[in-house]
Amino acid sequence: MTIGTTTGRTTGTAAAVEAGGLGKVFEGSGSERVVALQNIDLTVTPGEFVSLIGPSGCGKSTLLRLIGGLLAPTSGSLLVNGKTPHQARLDRDYGMVFQQATLLEWRSVRRNVELPLELIDTPRPERVTRAAAMLDLVELTEFADHQPWQLSGGMQQRVAIARALALDPSLLLMDEPFGALDEMTRERMQQEVLQIWTRTGKTVVFVTHSIPEAVFLSSRVVVMSPRPGRIEQIIEVGLGPQRDDDTREDQRFFEVITEVREALRRPDRPTGGERLREASS
Amino acid sequence: MASASPPSSPRLRAPRGSLGRVLSVVGVLLALVAVWEGYKMLGKSAGGMIPFTEIRLRPPPDDRSMPHVWDIVSAMFQPSRRGGDPLWMTLGSAALFTLREAFAGFVVGGLIGFGLGVLFVRSGLAERAFLPYVVASQTIPILAIAPMVVIWGGRIGLPQWAAVAAIAAYLTFYPVTINTLRGLRSPAATATELMRSYAASDRQELWKLQVPSALPYIFTALKISAAASVVGAIVGELPVGASAGLGRALLSYSQQFTAAPEKLYAAVFFCALTGVAFVAAVSLAERRVVGPGDRRRAEAELGAGLMAGAQPA
Repeated sequence: MTIGTTTGRTTGTAAAVEAGGLGKVFEGSGSERVVALQNIDLTVTPGEFVSLIGPSGCGKSTLLRLIGGLLAPTSGSLLVNGKTPHQARLDRDYGMVFQQATLLEWRSVRRNVELPLELIDTPRPERVTRAAAMLDLVELTEFADHQPWQLSGGMQQRVAIARALALDPSLLLMDEPFGALDEMTRERMQQEVLQIWTRTGKTVVFVTHSIPEAVFLSSRVVVMSPRPGRIEQIIEVGLGPQRDDDTREDQRFFEVITEVREALRRPDRPTGGERLREASS
Repeated sequence: MASASPPSSPRLRAPRGSLGRVLSVVGVLLALVAVWEGYKMLGKSAGGMIPFTEIRLRPPPDDRSMPHVWDIVSAMFQPSRRGGDPLWMTLGSAALFTLREAFAGFVVGGLIGFGLGVLFVRSGLAERAFLPYVVASQTIPILAIAPMVVIWGGRIGLPQWAAVAAIAAYLTFYPVTINTLRGLRSPAATATELMRSYAASDRQELWKLQVPSALPYIFTALKISAAASVVGAIVGELPVGASAGLGRALLSYSQQFTAAPEKLYAAVFFCALTGVAFVAAVSLAERRVVGPGDRRRAEAELGAGLMAGAQPA
Protein backbone atom coordinates (compact mmCIF):
# COMPACT_ATOMS: atom_id res chain seq x y z
CA MET A 1 0.00 0.00 0.00
CA THR A 2 2.50 2.59 1.16
CA ILE A 3 5.23 3.77 -1.10
CA GLY A 4 8.57 2.65 0.29
CA THR A 5 10.59 5.59 1.51
CA THR A 6 14.14 6.06 0.36
CA THR A 7 15.40 6.52 3.90
CA GLY A 8 16.83 3.28 5.15
CA ARG A 9 16.00 3.95 8.74
CA THR A 10 12.34 2.96 8.66
CA THR A 11 12.14 -0.63 9.67
CA GLY A 12 10.19 -2.55 7.09
CA THR A 13 6.49 -2.23 7.55
CA ALA A 14 6.46 -0.19 10.76
CA ALA A 15 4.25 2.86 10.71
CA ALA A 16 6.06 6.18 11.03
CA VAL A 17 3.85 7.04 13.97
CA GLU A 18 1.44 4.71 15.73
CA ALA A 19 -0.55 6.02 18.67
CA GLY A 20 -3.16 3.99 20.51
CA GLY A 21 -5.27 5.35 23.34
CA LEU A 22 -2.55 7.94 23.90
CA GLY A 23 -3.05 10.41 26.74
CA LYS A 24 -1.10 13.14 28.47
CA VAL A 25 -1.97 14.70 31.81
CA PHE A 26 0.01 17.59 33.23
CA GLU A 27 0.09 17.47 37.01
CA GLY A 28 0.22 21.03 38.27
CA SER A 29 0.89 22.20 41.77
CA GLY A 30 -1.61 20.85 44.28
CA SER A 31 -4.85 19.56 42.85
CA GLU A 32 -4.32 21.19 39.45
CA ARG A 33 -4.59 18.62 36.73
CA VAL A 34 -4.71 19.43 33.04
CA VAL A 35 -5.75 16.72 30.64
CA ALA A 36 -3.82 17.84 27.57
CA LEU A 37 -4.59 14.80 25.45
CA GLN A 38 -7.07 12.00 25.79
CA ASN A 39 -7.48 8.76 23.91
CA ILE A 40 -5.53 9.62 20.77
CA ASP A 41 -5.60 6.97 18.04
CA LEU A 42 -3.50 7.95 15.05
CA THR A 43 -1.41 6.08 12.53
CA VAL A 44 0.87 7.93 10.16
CA THR A 45 2.25 5.83 7.32
CA PRO A 46 5.77 6.45 6.01
CA GLY A 47 5.93 9.20 3.44
CA GLU A 48 2.66 10.74 4.52
CA PHE A 49 2.11 14.44 5.17
CA VAL A 50 -0.22 14.84 8.14
CA SER A 51 -1.36 18.14 9.63
CA LEU A 52 -2.62 18.62 13.17
CA ILE A 53 -5.06 21.51 13.39
CA GLY A 54 -7.20 22.87 16.18
CA PRO A 55 -7.74 25.81 18.52
CA SER A 56 -5.21 26.68 21.22
CA GLY A 57 -5.24 24.19 24.04
CA CYS A 58 -6.26 21.24 21.87
CA GLY A 59 -2.92 19.60 22.57
CA LYS A 60 -1.57 19.58 19.02
CA SER A 61 1.87 20.84 20.08
CA THR A 62 1.82 18.40 22.99
CA LEU A 63 1.11 15.54 20.59
CA LEU A 64 4.03 16.65 18.43
CA ARG A 65 6.33 16.68 21.47
CA LEU A 66 5.14 13.26 22.53
CA ILE A 67 6.02 11.95 19.07
CA GLY A 68 9.40 13.65 19.37
CA GLY A 69 10.06 12.03 22.73
CA LEU A 70 10.40 15.46 24.33
CA LEU A 71 7.46 14.69 26.62
CA ALA A 72 6.45 11.36 28.08
CA PRO A 73 2.86 10.12 27.68
CA THR A 74 0.85 9.29 30.79
CA SER A 75 -1.31 6.63 29.17
CA GLY A 76 -1.68 4.61 25.99
CA SER A 77 0.97 3.48 23.57
CA LEU A 78 3.08 5.36 21.07
CA LEU A 79 5.60 4.00 18.58
CA VAL A 80 7.75 5.99 16.19
CA ASN A 81 9.28 3.92 13.39
CA GLY A 82 8.38 0.90 15.49
CA LYS A 83 10.38 2.14 18.49
CA THR A 84 9.66 4.11 21.62
CA PRO A 85 9.77 7.86 20.93
CA HIS A 86 12.71 8.07 23.34
CA GLN A 87 14.68 5.54 21.31
CA ALA A 88 13.65 7.25 18.06
CA ARG A 89 15.01 10.50 19.44
CA LEU A 90 18.30 8.88 20.46
CA ASP A 91 18.51 7.39 16.97
CA ARG A 92 17.94 10.87 15.51
CA ASP A 93 14.96 9.58 13.55
CA TYR A 94 13.38 13.01 13.23
CA GLY A 95 14.21 16.63 12.63
CA MET A 96 12.22 19.38 14.28
CA VAL A 97 11.24 22.85 13.10
CA PHE A 98 9.72 25.39 15.49
CA GLN A 99 7.66 28.53 15.01
CA GLN A 100 10.77 30.54 15.76
CA ALA A 101 13.68 29.56 13.54
CA THR A 102 15.81 29.15 16.68
CA LEU A 103 19.10 29.64 14.87
CA LEU A 104 22.22 30.07 16.96
CA GLU A 105 23.16 33.72 16.40
CA TRP A 106 26.88 33.20 16.87
CA ARG A 107 27.04 30.70 14.03
CA SER A 108 26.92 31.41 10.33
CA VAL A 109 24.08 29.93 8.29
CA ARG A 110 26.34 27.09 7.18
CA ARG A 111 27.49 26.31 10.71
CA ASN A 112 23.89 26.32 11.93
CA VAL A 113 23.07 23.62 9.41
CA GLU A 114 26.19 21.74 10.49
CA LEU A 115 25.14 21.74 14.16
CA PRO A 116 23.31 18.37 14.22
CA LEU A 117 26.18 16.82 12.27
CA GLU A 118 28.65 18.13 14.84
CA LEU A 119 26.58 16.61 17.61
CA ILE A 120 27.12 13.13 16.17
CA ASP A 121 30.82 13.84 15.47
CA THR A 122 30.56 13.79 11.71
CA PRO A 123 34.01 14.45 10.21
CA ARG A 124 34.42 17.96 8.93
CA PRO A 125 34.65 17.27 5.18
CA GLU A 126 31.42 15.27 5.28
CA ARG A 127 29.78 17.98 7.36
CA VAL A 128 30.66 20.63 4.83
CA THR A 129 29.36 18.58 1.90
CA ARG A 130 26.16 17.68 3.67
CA ALA A 131 25.45 21.25 4.81
CA ALA A 132 26.08 22.52 1.30
CA ALA A 133 23.62 19.99 -0.11
CA MET A 134 20.97 20.99 2.42
CA LEU A 135 21.45 24.69 1.74
CA ASP A 136 21.13 23.90 -1.94
CA LEU A 137 17.85 22.11 -1.23
CA VAL A 138 16.39 25.22 0.43
CA GLU A 139 18.05 27.48 -2.17
CA LEU A 140 20.21 29.41 0.24
CA THR A 141 23.64 28.44 -1.07
CA GLU A 142 24.71 32.03 -1.60
CA PHE A 143 23.83 32.92 2.00
CA ALA A 144 25.92 30.17 3.59
CA ASP A 145 28.37 32.61 5.12
CA HIS A 146 25.80 35.12 6.32
CA GLN A 147 24.89 35.51 9.95
CA PRO A 148 21.31 34.56 10.90
CA TRP A 149 20.29 38.12 11.79
CA GLN A 150 21.12 39.22 8.27
CA LEU A 151 18.35 37.02 6.85
CA SER A 152 14.60 37.63 6.58
CA GLY A 153 12.18 35.58 8.67
CA GLY A 154 11.32 33.29 5.77
CA MET A 155 14.97 32.67 4.95
CA GLN A 156 15.74 31.93 8.60
CA GLN A 157 12.97 29.35 8.61
CA ARG A 158 14.43 27.77 5.47
CA VAL A 159 17.75 27.46 7.29
CA ALA A 160 15.89 25.77 10.15
CA ILE A 161 14.38 23.30 7.66
CA ALA A 162 17.81 22.63 6.15
CA ARG A 163 19.13 21.99 9.65
CA ALA A 164 16.25 19.63 10.43
CA LEU A 165 17.06 17.63 7.29
CA ALA A 166 20.81 17.57 7.84
CA LEU A 167 20.85 14.12 9.44
CA ASP A 168 18.48 12.75 6.79
CA PRO A 169 15.82 11.76 9.30
CA SER A 170 12.82 9.79 8.07
CA LEU A 171 10.46 12.05 9.97
CA LEU A 172 10.03 15.81 10.01
CA LEU A 173 8.15 17.38 12.94
CA MET A 174 7.03 20.96 12.33
CA ASP A 175 5.43 23.10 15.01
CA GLU A 176 3.63 26.02 13.33
CA PRO A 177 6.75 26.70 11.30
CA PHE A 178 5.21 29.51 9.27
CA GLY A 179 3.09 31.03 12.03
CA ALA A 180 5.32 34.07 12.35
CA LEU A 181 5.56 34.80 8.62
CA ASP A 182 3.50 37.16 6.49
CA GLU A 183 0.91 35.66 4.15
CA MET A 184 2.95 36.02 0.93
CA THR A 185 6.06 34.46 2.40
CA ARG A 186 3.91 31.82 3.98
CA GLU A 187 2.43 30.63 0.71
CA ARG A 188 5.85 30.54 -0.91
CA MET A 189 7.22 28.51 2.01
CA GLN A 190 4.32 26.08 1.76
CA GLN A 191 5.18 25.50 -1.88
CA GLU A 192 8.81 24.90 -0.95
CA VAL A 193 7.99 22.47 1.82
CA LEU A 194 5.81 20.52 -0.59
CA GLN A 195 8.67 20.38 -3.07
CA ILE A 196 11.07 19.18 -0.40
CA TRP A 197 8.52 16.63 0.72
CA THR A 198 8.03 15.18 -2.76
CA ARG A 199 11.74 15.22 -3.46
CA THR A 200 12.85 13.57 -0.21
CA GLY A 201 9.89 11.33 0.62
CA LYS A 202 10.00 12.26 4.29
CA THR A 203 7.11 11.69 6.63
CA VAL A 204 5.88 15.06 7.88
CA VAL A 205 3.78 15.83 10.94
CA PHE A 206 2.82 19.49 10.71
CA VAL A 207 1.11 21.55 13.41
CA THR A 208 -0.78 24.61 12.20
CA HIS A 209 -3.49 27.12 13.02
CA SER A 210 -4.32 27.77 9.41
CA ILE A 211 -7.01 25.75 7.65
CA PRO A 212 -5.91 26.55 4.06
CA GLU A 213 -2.32 25.74 4.99
CA ALA A 214 -3.29 22.37 6.43
CA VAL A 215 -5.42 21.49 3.41
CA PHE A 216 -2.93 22.70 0.83
CA LEU A 217 -0.05 20.71 2.31
CA SER A 218 -1.49 17.52 3.70
CA SER A 219 -2.45 14.04 2.69
CA ARG A 220 -4.65 13.98 5.78
CA VAL A 221 -5.78 16.68 8.19
CA VAL A 222 -6.24 15.71 11.84
CA VAL A 223 -8.82 18.05 13.38
CA MET A 224 -8.45 18.33 17.14
CA SER A 225 -10.60 19.91 19.84
CA PRO A 226 -9.75 21.14 23.31
CA ARG A 227 -10.62 20.35 26.93
CA PRO A 228 -9.63 17.61 26.91
CA GLY A 229 -7.45 17.55 23.81
CA ARG A 230 -8.73 14.89 21.46
CA ILE A 231 -9.08 14.02 17.80
CA GLU A 232 -12.38 15.27 16.45
CA GLN A 233 -12.07 13.97 12.94
CA ILE A 234 -9.46 12.88 10.41
CA ILE A 235 -10.06 14.20 6.93
CA GLU A 236 -8.58 12.76 3.73
CA VAL A 237 -7.62 15.68 1.51
CA GLY A 238 -7.39 13.77 -1.77
CA LEU A 239 -5.90 16.59 -3.84
CA GLY A 240 -3.15 14.41 -5.31
CA PRO A 241 0.58 14.86 -4.86
CA GLN A 242 1.08 17.64 -7.44
CA ARG A 243 -0.05 20.91 -5.91
CA ASP A 244 0.65 24.47 -6.98
CA ASP A 245 -1.04 27.86 -6.99
CA ASP A 246 -3.86 26.47 -9.15
CA THR A 247 -4.65 24.01 -6.39
CA ARG A 248 -5.62 26.95 -4.21
CA GLU A 249 -8.45 27.67 -6.67
CA ASP A 250 -9.47 24.05 -7.08
CA GLN A 251 -13.08 23.17 -6.21
CA ARG A 252 -11.90 20.22 -4.12
CA PHE A 253 -9.60 22.55 -2.15
CA PHE A 254 -12.56 24.66 -1.04
CA GLU A 255 -14.66 21.60 -0.25
CA VAL A 256 -12.01 20.22 2.09
CA ILE A 257 -11.54 23.63 3.71
CA THR A 258 -15.25 23.72 4.43
CA GLU A 259 -15.12 20.20 5.79
CA VAL A 260 -12.26 21.09 8.16
CA ARG A 261 -13.98 24.28 9.24
CA GLU A 262 -17.17 22.44 10.11
CA ALA A 263 -15.22 19.84 12.03
CA LEU A 264 -13.50 22.61 13.97
CA ARG A 265 -16.81 24.24 14.83
CA ARG A 266 -18.39 21.08 16.16
CA PRO A 267 -16.89 21.00 19.69
CA ASP A 268 -18.68 24.27 20.53
CA ARG A 269 -21.93 22.38 20.85
CA PRO A 270 -22.65 20.59 24.09
CA THR A 271 -20.92 17.23 24.20
CA GLY A 272 -22.77 13.97 24.08
CA GLY A 273 -23.09 12.00 20.90
CA GLU A 274 -20.34 14.07 19.29
CA ARG A 275 -18.12 11.19 18.41
CA LEU A 276 -20.93 9.35 16.63
CA ARG A 277 -21.13 12.02 14.02
CA GLU A 278 -17.64 11.18 12.77
CA ALA A 279 -18.94 7.91 11.45
CA SER A 280 -21.15 9.67 8.93
CA SER A 281 -18.29 11.48 7.22
CA MET B 1 34.95 35.14 13.09
CA ALA B 2 32.22 37.01 11.29
CA SER B 3 33.77 37.22 7.89
CA ALA B 4 30.62 38.30 6.09
CA SER B 5 30.70 41.97 5.32
CA PRO B 6 28.06 43.47 7.57
CA PRO B 7 25.24 45.27 5.80
CA SER B 8 24.16 48.67 6.91
CA SER B 9 22.69 48.22 10.33
CA PRO B 10 22.06 50.96 12.84
CA ARG B 11 23.06 48.54 15.60
CA LEU B 12 26.59 48.30 14.31
CA ARG B 13 26.68 52.00 15.01
CA ALA B 14 29.76 52.79 12.99
CA PRO B 15 30.37 55.75 15.28
CA ARG B 16 31.07 59.16 13.92
CA GLY B 17 34.59 57.88 13.68
CA SER B 18 36.69 56.98 16.68
CA LEU B 19 37.80 60.61 16.49
CA GLY B 20 34.35 61.67 17.63
CA ARG B 21 34.64 59.34 20.57
CA VAL B 22 38.03 60.66 21.62
CA LEU B 23 36.77 64.21 21.30
CA SER B 24 33.79 63.55 23.54
CA VAL B 25 36.01 61.97 26.22
CA VAL B 26 38.43 64.87 26.03
CA GLY B 27 35.50 67.27 26.18
CA VAL B 28 34.30 65.80 29.45
CA LEU B 29 37.84 65.93 30.85
CA LEU B 30 38.08 69.62 29.96
CA ALA B 31 34.71 70.23 31.57
CA LEU B 32 35.87 68.54 34.78
CA VAL B 33 39.01 70.68 34.80
CA ALA B 34 36.84 73.76 34.27
CA VAL B 35 34.59 72.81 37.19
CA TRP B 36 37.62 72.17 39.43
CA GLU B 37 39.32 75.44 38.57
CA GLY B 38 36.04 77.37 38.52
CA TYR B 39 35.22 76.15 42.02
CA LYS B 40 38.65 77.24 43.23
CA MET B 41 38.40 80.64 41.59
CA LEU B 42 34.88 81.45 42.75
CA GLY B 43 35.53 79.96 46.19
CA LYS B 44 38.62 82.02 46.71
CA SER B 45 36.92 85.22 45.62
CA ALA B 46 34.22 84.46 48.19
CA GLY B 47 36.91 84.11 50.85
CA GLY B 48 36.46 80.36 51.30
CA MET B 49 32.92 80.84 52.55
CA ILE B 50 29.56 80.05 51.02
CA PRO B 51 28.41 83.55 49.95
CA PHE B 52 26.32 85.49 52.50
CA THR B 53 26.94 82.84 55.18
CA GLU B 54 29.58 81.98 57.72
CA ILE B 55 29.81 78.42 56.50
CA ARG B 56 33.20 77.26 55.24
CA LEU B 57 33.34 75.70 51.79
CA ARG B 58 34.14 71.98 51.81
CA PRO B 59 36.52 71.08 50.34
CA PRO B 60 38.30 74.39 50.92
CA PRO B 61 39.26 75.99 47.62
CA ASP B 62 42.85 76.74 48.66
CA ASP B 63 45.88 75.27 46.89
CA ARG B 64 46.71 73.00 49.82
CA SER B 65 43.49 71.01 49.53
CA MET B 66 42.83 71.46 45.84
CA PRO B 67 46.01 72.13 43.91
CA HIS B 68 45.68 73.62 40.44
CA VAL B 69 45.34 71.08 37.68
CA TRP B 70 48.50 72.37 36.07
CA ASP B 71 50.37 71.94 39.34
CA ILE B 72 49.28 68.30 39.47
CA VAL B 73 50.33 67.78 35.87
CA SER B 74 53.70 69.47 36.35
CA ALA B 75 54.30 67.46 39.55
CA MET B 76 54.09 64.35 37.43
CA PHE B 77 57.12 65.45 35.49
CA GLN B 78 59.21 66.22 38.54
CA PRO B 79 61.19 63.63 40.49
CA SER B 80 59.03 62.02 43.17
CA ARG B 81 62.01 62.14 45.52
CA ARG B 82 65.41 63.67 45.31
CA GLY B 83 67.41 62.24 42.41
CA GLY B 84 64.67 59.77 41.54
CA ASP B 85 62.55 59.16 38.46
CA PRO B 86 59.85 61.64 37.51
CA LEU B 87 56.58 61.00 39.35
CA TRP B 88 54.73 59.70 36.27
CA MET B 89 57.31 56.93 35.88
CA THR B 90 57.11 55.98 39.53
CA LEU B 91 53.34 55.89 39.37
CA GLY B 92 53.40 54.12 36.02
CA SER B 93 55.48 51.28 37.34
CA ALA B 94 53.35 51.18 40.51
CA ALA B 95 50.28 50.90 38.27
CA LEU B 96 51.85 48.05 36.29
CA PHE B 97 52.71 46.27 39.52
CA THR B 98 49.15 46.61 40.81
CA LEU B 99 47.71 45.70 37.42
CA ARG B 100 49.62 42.42 37.46
CA GLU B 101 48.17 41.54 40.85
CA ALA B 102 44.73 42.62 39.71
CA PHE B 103 45.03 40.57 36.52
CA ALA B 104 46.09 37.44 38.38
CA GLY B 105 43.13 37.88 40.73
CA PHE B 106 40.84 38.62 37.79
CA VAL B 107 41.80 35.40 36.01
CA VAL B 108 41.45 33.25 39.12
CA GLY B 109 38.23 34.96 40.22
CA GLY B 110 36.82 34.78 36.70
CA LEU B 111 37.48 31.04 36.49
CA ILE B 112 36.00 30.43 39.94
CA GLY B 113 32.98 32.56 39.05
CA PHE B 114 32.46 30.71 35.77
CA GLY B 115 32.89 27.35 37.47
CA LEU B 116 30.35 28.23 40.15
CA GLY B 117 27.91 29.44 37.50
CA VAL B 118 28.20 26.16 35.62
CA LEU B 119 27.87 24.18 38.84
CA PHE B 120 24.77 26.07 39.90
CA VAL B 121 23.05 25.74 36.54
CA ARG B 122 23.72 22.00 36.55
CA SER B 123 22.70 21.36 40.13
CA GLY B 124 19.76 23.07 41.75
CA LEU B 125 20.86 21.55 45.02
CA ALA B 126 24.29 23.18 44.80
CA GLU B 127 22.66 26.48 43.90
CA ARG B 128 20.30 26.39 46.85
CA ALA B 129 23.07 25.31 49.19
CA PHE B 130 25.87 27.65 48.13
CA LEU B 131 24.34 30.71 46.52
CA PRO B 132 23.37 32.33 49.86
CA TYR B 133 27.00 32.07 50.97
CA VAL B 134 28.22 33.49 47.69
CA VAL B 135 25.93 36.47 48.23
CA ALA B 136 26.88 36.74 51.90
CA SER B 137 30.56 36.78 50.99
CA GLN B 138 29.97 40.03 49.15
CA THR B 139 28.36 41.80 52.07
CA ILE B 140 31.56 41.57 54.10
CA PRO B 141 33.56 44.73 53.40
CA ILE B 142 36.78 44.07 51.58
CA LEU B 143 38.57 46.20 54.20
CA ALA B 144 37.70 43.58 56.82
CA ILE B 145 38.80 40.67 54.69
CA ALA B 146 42.04 42.08 53.32
CA PRO B 147 44.20 41.96 56.49
CA MET B 148 43.04 38.43 57.28
CA VAL B 149 43.89 37.15 53.83
CA VAL B 150 47.28 38.78 53.97
CA ILE B 151 48.12 37.38 57.39
CA TRP B 152 46.91 33.87 56.56
CA GLY B 153 48.63 34.04 53.21
CA GLY B 154 51.87 34.94 54.95
CA ARG B 155 51.50 32.01 57.35
CA ILE B 156 51.17 29.47 54.56
CA GLY B 157 54.07 31.04 52.73
CA LEU B 158 52.10 32.76 49.97
CA PRO B 159 54.08 35.56 48.32
CA GLN B 160 52.69 38.98 49.09
CA TRP B 161 51.47 39.64 45.55
CA ALA B 162 49.51 36.39 45.62
CA ALA B 163 47.69 37.42 48.79
CA VAL B 164 46.78 40.70 47.10
CA ALA B 165 45.64 38.81 43.99
CA ALA B 166 43.45 36.65 46.21
CA ILE B 167 41.69 39.78 47.43
CA ALA B 168 41.23 40.93 43.83
CA ALA B 169 39.80 37.50 43.01
CA TYR B 170 37.39 37.87 45.92
CA LEU B 171 35.90 40.95 44.28
CA THR B 172 35.97 39.41 40.81
CA PHE B 173 34.18 36.10 41.17
CA TYR B 174 30.78 37.30 42.33
CA PRO B 175 29.59 39.28 39.29
CA VAL B 176 30.93 36.52 37.07
CA THR B 177 29.04 33.84 39.01
CA ILE B 178 25.76 35.70 38.89
CA ASN B 179 25.98 36.67 35.23
CA THR B 180 27.28 33.28 34.11
CA LEU B 181 24.32 31.68 35.82
CA ARG B 182 21.98 34.11 34.17
CA GLY B 183 23.63 33.74 30.78
CA LEU B 184 23.62 29.94 30.87
CA ARG B 185 19.89 30.14 31.49
CA SER B 186 19.30 32.65 28.71
CA PRO B 187 18.74 30.31 25.72
CA ALA B 188 15.12 30.22 24.55
CA ALA B 189 13.08 27.19 25.56
CA THR B 190 12.93 26.12 21.92
CA ALA B 191 16.72 26.24 21.63
CA THR B 192 16.95 23.83 24.56
CA GLU B 193 14.27 21.66 22.97
CA LEU B 194 16.19 21.75 19.73
CA MET B 195 19.28 20.35 21.42
CA ARG B 196 17.21 17.69 23.13
CA SER B 197 15.55 16.77 19.83
CA TYR B 198 19.04 15.95 18.56
CA ALA B 199 19.70 13.92 21.71
CA ALA B 200 22.63 16.23 22.53
CA SER B 201 24.55 15.32 25.67
CA ASP B 202 24.66 17.68 28.66
CA ARG B 203 28.20 18.60 27.76
CA GLN B 204 27.27 19.36 24.16
CA GLU B 205 24.36 21.48 25.31
CA LEU B 206 26.65 23.36 27.69
CA TRP B 207 29.43 24.10 25.21
CA LYS B 208 27.44 24.46 22.00
CA LEU B 209 24.39 26.31 23.31
CA GLN B 210 24.64 27.60 26.85
CA VAL B 211 28.18 28.95 27.03
CA PRO B 212 27.98 30.79 23.68
CA SER B 213 24.64 32.25 24.79
CA ALA B 214 26.19 33.32 28.08
CA LEU B 215 29.21 35.09 26.58
CA PRO B 216 27.63 38.56 26.33
CA TYR B 217 26.50 38.24 29.95
CA ILE B 218 29.89 37.01 31.09
CA PHE B 219 31.66 39.89 29.38
CA THR B 220 29.38 42.37 31.10
CA ALA B 221 30.42 40.81 34.39
CA LEU B 222 34.08 40.82 33.37
CA LYS B 223 33.93 44.57 32.76
CA ILE B 224 32.56 45.10 36.26
CA SER B 225 35.12 42.66 37.62
CA ALA B 226 38.05 44.27 35.83
CA ALA B 227 37.41 47.55 37.63
CA ALA B 228 36.67 45.77 40.91
CA SER B 229 39.86 43.71 40.72
CA VAL B 230 41.93 46.90 40.49
CA VAL B 231 40.14 48.25 43.56
CA GLY B 232 40.73 44.93 45.30
CA ALA B 233 44.43 44.95 44.50
CA ILE B 234 44.87 48.55 45.70
CA VAL B 235 42.98 47.90 48.92
CA GLY B 236 44.86 44.64 49.35
CA GLU B 237 48.17 46.46 49.20
CA LEU B 238 47.28 48.80 52.02
CA PRO B 239 47.61 46.42 54.99
CA VAL B 240 50.56 44.41 53.68
CA GLY B 241 52.99 47.29 53.77
CA ALA B 242 53.65 46.58 50.14
CA SER B 243 56.96 47.77 48.77
CA ALA B 244 55.42 48.70 45.45
CA GLY B 245 52.07 49.28 43.80
CA LEU B 246 49.42 51.98 43.75
CA GLY B 247 48.23 51.15 47.25
CA ARG B 248 51.68 51.83 48.57
CA ALA B 249 51.83 55.07 46.58
CA LEU B 250 48.47 56.17 47.96
CA LEU B 251 49.65 55.48 51.51
CA SER B 252 52.95 57.32 51.30
CA TYR B 253 51.59 60.30 49.35
CA SER B 254 48.70 60.73 51.76
CA GLN B 255 51.30 61.10 54.50
CA GLN B 256 52.91 63.85 52.42
CA PHE B 257 49.57 65.47 51.65
CA THR B 258 50.07 68.66 53.59
CA ALA B 259 53.45 69.29 52.02
CA ALA B 260 52.75 68.09 48.48
CA PRO B 261 49.04 67.46 47.81
CA GLU B 262 49.63 67.17 44.04
CA LYS B 263 51.28 63.79 44.48
CA LEU B 264 48.24 62.19 46.05
CA TYR B 265 46.00 63.59 43.34
CA ALA B 266 48.39 62.28 40.71
CA ALA B 267 48.30 58.86 42.38
CA VAL B 268 44.49 58.89 42.43
CA PHE B 269 44.52 59.80 38.75
CA PHE B 270 46.73 56.80 38.01
CA CYS B 271 44.41 54.49 39.98
CA ALA B 272 41.53 55.62 37.78
CA LEU B 273 43.64 55.28 34.64
CA THR B 274 44.58 51.72 35.57
CA GLY B 275 40.96 50.70 36.03
CA VAL B 276 39.90 52.36 32.79
CA ALA B 277 42.74 50.70 30.86
CA PHE B 278 41.82 47.27 32.22
CA VAL B 279 38.12 47.67 31.42
CA ALA B 280 39.01 48.96 27.94
CA ALA B 281 41.15 45.86 27.34
CA VAL B 282 38.24 43.61 28.34
CA SER B 283 35.91 45.55 26.02
CA LEU B 284 38.36 45.03 23.20
CA ALA B 285 38.41 41.29 23.86
CA GLU B 286 34.62 41.31 23.96
CA ARG B 287 34.44 42.86 20.51
CA ARG B 288 36.60 40.08 19.15
CA VAL B 289 34.66 37.26 20.80
CA VAL B 290 31.05 38.39 20.81
CA GLY B 291 29.58 38.96 17.36
CA PRO B 292 26.97 41.57 16.48
CA GLY B 293 24.22 38.92 16.41
CA ASP B 294 24.82 38.00 20.03
CA ARG B 295 25.07 41.60 21.06
CA ARG B 296 21.68 42.31 19.50
CA ARG B 297 20.10 39.39 21.31
CA ALA B 298 21.69 40.14 24.64
CA GLU B 299 21.32 43.90 24.55
CA ALA B 300 17.66 43.66 25.43
CA GLU B 301 18.44 41.87 28.64
CA LEU B 302 21.81 43.25 29.50
CA GLY B 303 20.46 46.18 31.42
CA ALA B 304 19.16 43.72 33.96
CA GLY B 305 22.41 41.77 33.69
CA LEU B 306 24.34 44.83 34.68
CA MET B 307 22.13 45.32 37.68
CA ALA B 308 22.61 41.71 38.67
CA GLY B 309 26.37 42.10 38.62
CA ALA B 310 26.77 45.52 40.14
CA GLN B 311 28.03 45.52 43.68
CA PRO B 312 29.75 47.96 45.96
CA ALA B 313 33.46 47.40 46.38
